[in-house]
Amino acid sequence: MATYVPAAREEEQAMLEACGLHQLDDLYGDVPASVRLTTPLNLPEGMAEMSVRREMERLAGQNTVFPHVFRGAGAYRHMIPAIVETAAGHEAFRTAYTPYQAEISQGVLQSIFEFQTDICELTGMEAANASVYDGACAAAEACEMCRERKRSRILVSESVDPKVLSVIRTYAFGRDVQVDLVPLSGGVTDPEALSALVTEDVSCLVVQQPNFFGCLEDLDKLTAQAHAGGAKMIVHFNPIALALLKTPGECGADIAVGEGQPLGIPLSWGGPYLGFMATTAKLMRRLPGRIVGETADEQGRRAFVLTLQAREQHIRREKASSNICSNEALCALRAAAYLAAMGPKGLREVAVQCASKAHYLQKALEEAGLPPVFPEREFFHEFVTHCPDAGRLLSALRREGILGGLPLSGNRMLWCATEMNTREEMDRAAAIVREVTKQ
Amino acid sequence: MKLIFEQGHPGRGTDYLGPCDVPMVSIHGALREKPLRLPEVSEIEVDRHYSQLARRTHGVNDGFYPLGSCTMKYNPAINEYAASLPGFTQVHPLQEADTAQGCREVCERLKAMLCEITGMDAMTLQPAAGAHGEFTGLLLIKAYHRAMGHTGRTKILVPDSAHGTNPASASMAGFEVVSIASDENGFVDLGALKAAAKEDVAGLMLTNPNTVGLFDPQILEITRIVHEAGGLNYYDGANLNAVMGVARPGDMGFDVVHLNLHKTFSTPHGGGGPGSGPNGCKQFLAPFLPGQDTPESIGNVRSFGGNFLVAVRALTYLMTIGREGVPQAAKHAVLNANYMRVKLSDLFPMAYDRICMHEFVMSLEKLKEETGVSALDVAKAMLDHGIHPPTMYFPLIVHEALMVEPTETETRETLDEAVRVLREIWEKAQQDPSSMHHLPETTPVCRPDEVAAARNPRIRYDFEAMGR
Repeated sequence: MATYVPAAREEEQAMLEACGLHQLDDLYGDVPASVRLTTPLNLPEGMAEMSVRREMERLAGQNTVFPHVFRGAGAYRHMIPAIVETAAGHEAFRTAYTPYQAEISQGVLQSIFEFQTDICELTGMEAANASVYDGACAAAEACEMCRERKRSRILVSESVDPKVLSVIRTYAFGRDVQVDLVPLSGGVTDPEALSALVTEDVSCLVVQQPNFFGCLEDLDKLTAQAHAGGAKMIVHFNPIALALLKTPGECGADIAVGEGQPLGIPLSWGGPYLGFMATTAKLMRRLPGRIVGETADEQGRRAFVLTLQAREQHIRREKASSNICSNEALCALRAAAYLAAMGPKGLREVAVQCASKAHYLQKALEEAGLPPVFPEREFFHEFVTHCPDAGRLLSALRREGILGGLPLSGNRMLWCATEMNTREEMDRAAAIVREVTKQ
Repeated sequence: MKLIFEQGHPGRGTDYLGPCDVPMVSIHGALREKPLRLPEVSEIEVDRHYSQLARRTHGVNDGFYPLGSCTMKYNPAINEYAASLPGFTQVHPLQEADTAQGCREVCERLKAMLCEITGMDAMTLQPAAGAHGEFTGLLLIKAYHRAMGHTGRTKILVPDSAHGTNPASASMAGFEVVSIASDENGFVDLGALKAAAKEDVAGLMLTNPNTVGLFDPQILEITRIVHEAGGLNYYDGANLNAVMGVARPGDMGFDVVHLNLHKTFSTPHGGGGPGSGPNGCKQFLAPFLPGQDTPESIGNVRSFGGNFLVAVRALTYLMTIGREGVPQAAKHAVLNANYMRVKLSDLFPMAYDRICMHEFVMSLEKLKEETGVSALDVAKAMLDHGIHPPTMYFPLIVHEALMVEPTETETRETLDEAVRVLREIWEKAQQDPSSMHHLPETTPVCRPDEVAAARNPRIRYDFEAMGR
């Protein structure tokens, strides 16, 4: 077995003697004998690195890595420039703790400050935090920011990703807050149904852009309706789409949140990902989690520190705006490095290629026999088609190394295309679809 | 140093995509009007920028990091290798189950090992950090009492020595927090606990070893008192590193635990995350765990299954150190802490002077009274010696506290050097105390003005003010 304990036996003895003890077990005098383990744990024996490596490679090999992916639904495969790995791969970034000691943490602190700036720029909002666990948690935390004594009920559009809704519900169970759904009309939030639902006990409305079905919501209208009823507007936004679409800030939203995974973070079977949150100056002090601010040191040099900590659990304890402590700092650093590499032109190009390829795929699938479910709606890089026999279709695609769309209830399928999908592979997928639907 | 936004030139950048091979479409709906002000830099500028930021960051790889309660042990290189395998990083979370069997096996194996280490029956890897695990564990307790029809159980007992996340998590789970006093030894005051353990108690949250670095020897009585009052016992696993393989929370009367894979199980902290905060519980709570399709489940606390690549690292670590390595790590963490404690206690009074667990708390109250040199000054002085300071001013029940956690992976030479540095700082505090208030001297900045930062928050780059 390998060990990371450096002390050799004779050192161990010398150190014990320095403590006035004879054996390691003497250190545990405070642990009652009745709870001390008398037999070793039932764990496998330790292994040398050579064997561990082999075993982990074997486990990784049990997974299928699809060369062609047409599935999104909250996790997206994008091109990640090699420089992102290089930039985020510095060991100090990986092994540092939360930057409590500003003097030796200026690097991490500055990276967070730059990330906060990026998120403000993307969303058009005034203040962002250092990240939360993922996009769903960001939405749930945003709801909590809006809770007031007489307004606690949360409205969530039915077009919000069911995973996000589920997390909002779980957090709401904690606070004993009611969550109600806003029904859809033609794949988007129904504005008429909404106006009846925004009563004086509603704290906020959560809408997703583009929504779970890929359709674009009319944010201006929905925001106006939420505000007319005295509720706050939370938009869960895809960060790539932010390069093209009217921003939450421009729509007058109160809080913008989202899943930052598309910004240079690999799929990784669901995590670690990156929840981002941005809001207005007015709501800034209700943000959960870490926030980095700029200040000056004793000699007037620019310096960065953790700030507005009066919101946080280590100061406010049970009155804190959230319990969050660890966040996803290294993922935020990756996202910032990705955005620096891409630049405004590059990110826009990613968004335009996503939209173009998704539209190409949609047409190709329609011609192959899978008509769109919401033909009248504009979409970004995801769309829903009818799909009578999802199982058979997915198997046929899989044989060609293609991960097809995500089957939805009602014989429908949610498809996604990104800049990574080539015309050739989309044509091939469509040809397979044609074969299968013909049979 | 410059911000990334202060570098580059308009129009500069690298084309990573190449031409689009399908006709370009434009979206006709509501479009962004404001230009997107992201950095416009060349790749070499990105590369150098992050290299420079890395040089201004102190990681475990740079030097000793005895940050109490954070368990800054070595992060093994093989963990990173395993977590970078494309067979893990390139798997979509919504792939059909039979195409992700390797991922599932990683999780199942890790969960089984963590159950064995904690003495629990079931485990979830969904929570993304320690505090997230606390919240999840408390929701299990809430859901359990609801299911049993215990409507009046609205309070969670939390010792006054607890991490701030404990009361904050209890609040988020809708509980009222009742603070339990510590006795003069830093242990739970049993009288206070008995008085508070009534029919309105949902549970107790306890860190054991506690935040002053001591194992509470009354543990069985504590958990019995709470159980007899009808409450459940929650184990905060922040300090599990001291006792893993030696004793198990499941044998101490705890019903639910959370672990910090980024502390105890050697996964890196990432400058503040990602971490991972799995929850374990006894069988009777298992149906309430998140991320499963039971009618009792509390739902999901996060999308997908959790911070999977963190789980890969933790499994790699446990496979490497194995059955013998788990208790060995714990015992040496405790040995290293005690070794430093005895070598410092003549100059630095210990808040509780007895054999400690994996960390100890010094009180610099006397030094401050006599010389004006505070815990903060001592911590800042350590920075000039390339050592990350201990945790400062925590726990709140100790004045001028410095909490030292060396971890098991440090060599005796490193511990000796840290002891030497601290003793030298103590000497300097006696001889030249006024010089101590303006350290460190060797770092890029010295004592940034935190008050000004909070009073006039500048939390993003101001393009307009900088003429960009």
